[in-house]
Amino acid sequence: MRANVWSGRNTVQVENVPDPKILNSRDAIVKITSTAICGSDLHMYNGYMPTMKSGDILGHEFMGEVVETGRDVDNLSAGDRVVVPFPIACGNCNACRNELYSVCENSNPNAGLAEKVMGHSPCGIFGYTHMLGGYAGGQAEYARVPFADVGPIKIENDLPDEKVLFLSDIFPTGYMGAEMCDIKPGDVIAVWGAGPVGQFAIASAKLLGAERVIAIDRFDYRLAMARDEAGADDIIDYEQADVVATLNEMTGGRGPDACIDAVGMEGHQSHVALHAYDRVKHSTRAETDRPHALREAIMSCRSGGVISIIGAYGGFVDKFPLGAAMNRSLTFRMGQCHVQRYLRPLLELVENGEIDPSFVITHQLDLDETPRGYEMFKNKEDNCEKVVLKP
Amino acid sequence: MNTSATRADGSANGLPAARPPLPRAPSPEGEITRFLGWFSLGLGVPQTLAPGRVNRLIGVRDDSSSRLWQQVVGVRELAVAAGIFSRPRPAAWLWARVAGDIKDLALLGAAWRRNEERAGRLAAATASVAAITAVDAFAAARMSRLPEGVTKDPSFRVKASTTVRRSPDELYAFWHDFANLPRFMAHLEAVETLADGRSHWRATGPAGMKVDWDAEVVADRPGEQIAWRTLPGAEVVHTGIVGFVAAPGDRGTEVHVDIEYAPPAVRAGSVIGKLFGEEPELQIRDDLRRFKQVMETGEVVRSEGTPEGTLARRLAKQRPAQPLEGSRS
Repeated sequence: MRANVWSGRNTVQVENVPDPKILNSRDAIVKITSTAICGSDLHMYNGYMPTMKSGDILGHEFMGEVVETGRDVDNLSAGDRVVVPFPIACGNCNACRNELYSVCENSNPNAGLAEKVMGHSPCGIFGYTHMLGGYAGGQAEYARVPFADVGPIKIENDLPDEKVLFLSDIFPTGYMGAEMCDIKPGDVIAVWGAGPVGQFAIASAKLLGAERVIAIDRFDYRLAMARDEAGADDIIDYEQADVVATLNEMTGGRGPDACIDAVGMEGHQSHVALHAYDRVKHSTRAETDRPHALREAIMSCRSGGVISIIGAYGGFVDKFPLGAAMNRSLTFRMGQCHVQRYLRPLLELVENGEIDPSFVITHQLDLDETPRGYEMFKNKEDNCEKVVLKP
Repeated sequence: MNTSATRADGSANGLPAARPPLPRAPSPEGEITRFLGWFSLGLGVPQTLAPGRVNRLIGVRDDSSSRLWQQVVGVRELAVAAGIFSRPRPAAWLWARVAGDIKDLALLGAAWRRNEERAGRLAAATASVAAITAVDAFAAARMSRLPEGVTKDPSFRVKASTTVRRSPDELYAFWHDFANLPRFMAHLEAVETLADGRSHWRATGPAGMKVDWDAEVVADRPGEQIAWRTLPGAEVVHTGIVGFVAAPGDRGTEVHVDIEYAPPAVRAGSVIGKLFGEEPELQIRDDLRRFKQVMETGEVVRSEGTPEGTLARRLAKQRPAQPLEGSRS
């Protein structure tokens, strides 16, 4: 089959690789009909995620048609149309039983590696480093889906792929980011990053009853999408304005009640010297993550408010204003999304027409054009927001 | 993930008394060693601070070159004293003293050739160094010998634990049927149950090396604990305990494994070394991970990068995360 393979920093290519086969009795093989490039794929593309190996198939947002099932999968059969959540979760361990699927205790066969960096291991993830399992990803014609009896959701209506594909990651991730804000009537929510996850965080905050949502980014087209499509009430271009001062001004000096970091480890900031400082430390690996958005979110947030982190971080940050957070009683909530928890309720929102997730799609490419998709998405060429790939 | 392991060298606290504890007796040569430490200090201080007076005392011509030599030797003596006092068994430092003594004798020999009018003092100094060389050599040789009953390799003990979402009785029952062990212990091929609580274990190492041994159950408390030890003649002499304790709340069962290997357990080239590689504790933690996977999900979890499932030696040598060769099954 054809698959998009990582072969080093800034290099991906579509290659012929063997077809997947069942390795565990709870596996299914899915023929992929739609897949996408995620912002977190860029962290691996840019070489900031350790434990990648040349030949790894990338991709963790995909859907398709079941073509084969292992002997212990009794809820799916060949021909079923499914969306596959990016966290691989067993459904049996204490974490899964508590709906904390992205920290499944069994799905990472390389847990020993993850424990060295993180103390305990999170779940395995498709196409997302060997430290998180060494699973082949979904930017391919076929994929093996472990624990297929727990993860994939069957799509039994005729909604097009474009409306349900993002249940695999970015819609639930944005939704969880908003849910973690514990939104109450009158709340103002600020969202750093108007990439695809940020768009869904904005839309979800509105769905969950936020009084006002403020989007922060530096690209006009992304801010326009946040305002016109996702429903942001205000936008801030951080290259034009001082974000903390502007947020104070917009909120009568209180600061936002909750702040969502939908940026993660490769943030940018307008202050040239500070950005250079973090770029140098980041590229020499003296600091693994550049937490600009997070620093700003902490300084902006109302005292007693919530910092909700859904942007991906990989390791360590520095110049972290913990004193501000501690002395002002901030609450931190964060995590890779427990997608399985949200599949059913969010599918219902789509079915009821309350949201059409396809609004983030700006480009649709053939799987063979995946390398061009990475470059466009990375460099924000042609107003690129979200690339969907068709195998 | 809730798997943890600690590694400890030493005696078998809480293990069944499969063999006597390792001796930790004070050594008779300790007092000589301490004396030599003080001797080094007593020599080093005046040599460093007042090299000229030492030169005159031992009958060496007092010039800038010999003073520098006195100071070099003095610093060496101070270093040796520090080494002797900071180590419980400073055999290497005692051998350093012997080497220093020989160097001193060589320096004195050179002095003999240059300077004959102070021959009396030089002779006394040479005799003293020769005597102290004999004492140093004796103490160093004694210190290099191991105390009675202690072998060079320490025993090797591994403790690891995990929490499994099943009842203590279920986990005990699965583990107690030793034929199940190869399902989660990577290096085991088969375990065959014999009569009288005895069993025959067959294992394979990474190089395909086969090892087998007999073991017996020495304690068996249903739902709580199984303890075993190898029988005489085993190549891999060890004792082990697995305990099952209900975890608080509705969290299942804590599984605690505690295994001690007799020396020479982990020496490179030993049987255990070949079986487990360099880090036996990693392998035992992996075994527990696989035990948890089997008990909770029904089987060992596999990925394309780690197709055998959790395996310490795979961590360093991952396959690319793409499907294995061969047609779809």
